[in-house]
Amino acid sequence: MTSAIRYTAALVILSVTLAACGPSAQDARPSANAGRSSGPTLVTLDGSSTVFPISEAVAEEFQKTEGGAVRVTVGISGTGGGFQKFCRGEIDIANASRHISATEIEACKQSGIGYVELPVAYDGIAIAVSPKNTWANDITVAELKTLWAPDAQGKVTKWSQVREGWPDREIHLFGAGVDSGTYDYFTEAINGKAKASRGDFTSSEDDNVLVQGVGNDELALGFVPYAYFESNKDKLKLLPVDGGTGAVTPTPETIEKGTYKPLSRPVFIYVSKKAAQRPEVQRFIDFYLKNADKLVREVNYVSLGAESYAANVEKFSQERTR
Amino acid sequence: MRKHADLLFQLLSLATLLVALAALGALVFDIFSDGASRLSWPFITNIASRNAEDAGVYHALMGSIWVIALTGLLALPVGVAAAIYLEEYGTRSRIARFIELNIANLAAVPSIIYGLLGLGLFVRLMGMGQSVMAGAATLALLALPVVILSTREALRTVPGTIREGSYALGATKWQTIWHQVLPMALPGVLTGLILALSRAIGETAPLITIGALTYIPFAPDSVWSKFTVLPIQIFNWVSRPQAEFKANAAAAILVLLALLLTMNAIAIVVRDRYQRQGRA
Amino acid sequence: MTSPKLGSVIEWIIERLLFLCAALSVLTTAGIIGVLALETYEFLRQVSIVEFLTGTEWTPLFSNQKFGVLPLVAGTMLVSAIAMVVALPMGLLAAIYLSEYSPSGLRRIVKPILEILAGVPTVVYGYFALTFVTPLLQRFFPQLSGFNALSPGIVMGLMILPLVSSLSEDAMRAVPRGLREGSYALGATRMQTALRVVVPAAFSGITAAFILAVSRAIGETMIVAIAAGQQPRLTGNPFVPIETMTAYIVQVSLGDTPQGTIEYRTIFAVGMLLFLMTFSLNLISTWLRERFREEYA
Repeated sequence: MTSAIRYTAALVILSVTLAACGPSAQDARPSANAGRSSGPTLVTLDGSSTVFPISEAVAEEFQKTEGGAVRVTVGISGTGGGFQKFCRGEIDIANASRHISATEIEACKQSGIGYVELPVAYDGIAIAVSPKNTWANDITVAELKTLWAPDAQGKVTKWSQVREGWPDREIHLFGAGVDSGTYDYFTEAINGKAKASRGDFTSSEDDNVLVQGVGNDELALGFVPYAYFESNKDKLKLLPVDGGTGAVTPTPETIEKGTYKPLSRPVFIYVSKKAAQRPEVQRFIDFYLKNADKLVREVNYVSLGAESYAANVEKFSQERTR
Repeated sequence: MRKHADLLFQLLSLATLLVALAALGALVFDIFSDGASRLSWPFITNIASRNAEDAGVYHALMGSIWVIALTGLLALPVGVAAAIYLEEYGTRSRIARFIELNIANLAAVPSIIYGLLGLGLFVRLMGMGQSVMAGAATLALLALPVVILSTREALRTVPGTIREGSYALGATKWQTIWHQVLPMALPGVLTGLILALSRAIGETAPLITIGALTYIPFAPDSVWSKFTVLPIQIFNWVSRPQAEFKANAAAAILVLLALLLTMNAIAIVVRDRYQRQGRA
Repeated sequence: MTSPKLGSVIEWIIERLLFLCAALSVLTTAGIIGVLALETYEFLRQVSIVEFLTGTEWTPLFSNQKFGVLPLVAGTMLVSAIAMVVALPMGLLAAIYLSEYSPSGLRRIVKPILEILAGVPTVVYGYFALTFVTPLLQRFFPQLSGFNALSPGIVMGLMILPLVSSLSEDAMRAVPRGLREGSYALGATRMQTALRVVVPAAFSGITAAFILAVSRAIGETMIVAIAAGQQPRLTGNPFVPIETMTAYIVQVSLGDTPQGTIEYRTIFAVGMLLFLMTFSLNLISTWLRERFREEYA
C-alpha cells in the first residue's frame, strides 16, 4: 500500500513540475515583448488568403528595409479565423476580404479591441474552369445560384443540370472555405445570404489548392480571387459572368469600376488600436500604405489609386488614437 | 513443366522486386531533375519570398535543426532511462510487460494522432503555444518508442559477464550500469537516437496540427519562438500551382534528403567505429 | 549487502526515476486516449453518435451542418484499398524472392535499398504523387481529376511495400530449414516449396504483416493531403477528388481552431475514430505475431 502512495506522490510531483515549467499562454504570445528591449520586434498578421499575397509582399519588402529589426509573420486562417484571433487580441493586424461582421464587432467590443479599417485593394471573384473544358464559355448569376445554393447539396451534381446543352457528366466544385471572406462574399452575392451554400465541394482556405484542383480537372468549376487567376493565367480558363446586363469578363478596369458584378469587392486590413501604439506597427502600416499602389499591382490586384492610399494614411494616423 | 512454372515464378517475383526498385529510381530521378537546378548556396541562405527565384529554405532549415536538436535532448535521457529500467530492472514483472506492450503499440500509432495529443496537451493545456518547444515535445513522444527499443537492443548486446564481473567487485546495480554497461552500449544507443531523429525530421502532419506556420520568414531565436520546418515548407510550395514553386519544393526535398543521408551516415560511422573499438 | 545506507537510498531513488521514465509511455497512451476522449465526449454531447457513425454527408463547417463521418471513412478506405492492392501482392512476392531464391549478395544490396524506400519522408511521396504520377496516369486516363484517390493510393502502396516485404521475409526465414529440406527431398521445386510449405507455415506472421500494412495506410497523412483532394465524398470511384480522415484533420489545423468550438472538436472526434481503427488493427497484428513466435521459437 505504501509503495502505491509513493508512486502516486512521485507522479503528482512530476506533473506539477511539468505544468509549472510551461509558460502561460500570455508569455508565449509574441506581442508581449516587454522584456526583450534589444531583440527584434514582431508584427503579426493573419486572416484572408485573398489578402495574403499583398500582405506577404509588403511584409517581405518591409523586413528588407528594416534590416531585421522588425519581424513580420502572416498566417492564412481565413478572414473569419483571422477575425477570431484578432478579437482575442492574439494578432496585431487582420487581413480581411470582406467587412467585419456584426458578431465580430461585438466580440471585439467585448474584449476591448478597438480597430482601424483600411481598404487596401479591389478584388474580383473569378469563376474558373479547366483549360480542358470545351463547353463552358460564360455563366449567369442565376446558374451560379443553381449550382451553389444550400439545396443543391447532393442534388445538383451534373453539368447538364445547370444549363441545357452542357454534358451529362459530373461537376467537381471548388471554392473557398468557411473561414474565408471570399466565401462569405460569394455566398452573399450569389445566394443572397452570407455563409449559405451547399457543403459538398472541395473547400480550402488556401486558394492555391483551388487553382491546382480546377486547373487539372476537366470537370471542375471553382471560384477564386481574380488575382490568383491573373497569376495562373496559363492554368485556368475564365468564365465571364452575366449579372443581368450581359456577360462581363473580370479585368482590372471592370473590377475597379464595378461593372463586373456582383463579384467585385474591396479587401481590407484591420489594425488593432492597441497594437498601433507600438512604433514598429506604425512604421509597418505607413510602409504598407505608401507602397500599396506599387505592390498591389505587382501581385495582380487592383489598386485603389494613389490618392486613396494617401487618404488612408491620414485616416490611420487620426483614428488610431481615438 | 514444373521446372518452367518454377522459372516463371522466379522471374515474376524478381520482376516485382525490380519494379519496386525502379519506382524508387523514378522518384529520385524526378526530384533531381525538378530541383537540382534550384540548388545553390543562396537557396540555402535565403528566406521565404513571394518570388520563387528569391525564395530559400534558411528559416525552415533552421527551424528543423532547432526542433530536432531539442527533440533529441528531450528523448534521449527519458528513452535511455526507460530502456534501462525495462532491460536491467523490471524484466519479469507484470508492470514491465504492460509497459512493453504500450511501447509496441505507441510505435504504430499514426503520427497525426501525436499531433492531436500535442495540440491538446502541450499547446493548449500546458500553454506552450505554437512554439519550438511544443513541436519538440510532440516529436519526442513520437521518437520515444524507437529510442527505447533500440537502446534495449544495445543493452542486450553487452555480455552478461561484464555485469557479473562488476558485481563481483562489489559495485551496486546502478554503478554497474552507469560505469560498465552503458558505455559499452553507447554506440547502439546513439545509432538508435539518430535513426529516431531522422524519422522525426521528415514528420509533417504532427507539426501542422500543433500549428507550425507556413509563412514565417525568420529562424527561431528561442525555444518559445514560432517556427516552421523543412517538410512544411515543402508542403507549402507543393500546394502552389506555379511551376517555379514546384522546382523550389523539389530543391527543398533534396536539402531534406541530404540532411537525412548525413544523419544516417553518421549513425553508420558511429556504429562501425565503436564496434571496432569495442573489439580492440 | 555491504553498501552503505546512503548508497542504497540513492539506488532506490534512481530505480524509481528510471521506472517513471518507463511509465511515461503509459502516460503517453493515457494522454492520447484522454485528450481524444475528452473532446470526443464534448462533441458527442452536441452530435448524436448515430449520426456521426452512419451519416453520409460530412459538412460540419458549413451553415447546413451534417456530421456523418462515412464520406471520410470511405475516402480513407478507398485509398488504403488501392495501396494494399499494390503493396500486399508485390511485397509478398518480393519477400518470397529474397527469402527463397535470391543469392545472398543480391539480398545484401537490395535490403538496404528497400529500407531507404521506407525511410523517405511522406511529404516527398506526396510531391511525387501530385507532380509525377497523376500527370502520368492522366495520359492513360484523361478523365482522371487532378486530385484523386488512384495516384496517392499507388504511391502509398509503394511506400508500404518495404514494410510488407521485410516483415513477411522475417516470418518466412523463421520457418525451420528442415521443412524446406523435406519438401525438396520429395522433389518439389522452389516455387512449390515456397507456395505450399513456407508461406502456409509463415501464415500468421505474414498476416500480421498485412494487417500492420493496412493500419499504416489508414494512418497515412501527407500523401493524401497533397494529392487526394479535400472533398468529402461517399464514393468508390478512384478518379475523383475525395478526402480522408487524416487529410480532414490537416485541413482544419491549417486554419484557425479555437478551443471549444464544434470545429475544434470534429478533428478530435475523427482522430478518435482513426485511433480506434489503427489501435485494434495493431493489437490483432501483435497477437498474431506472438502466436507465430510461439510456434517457431
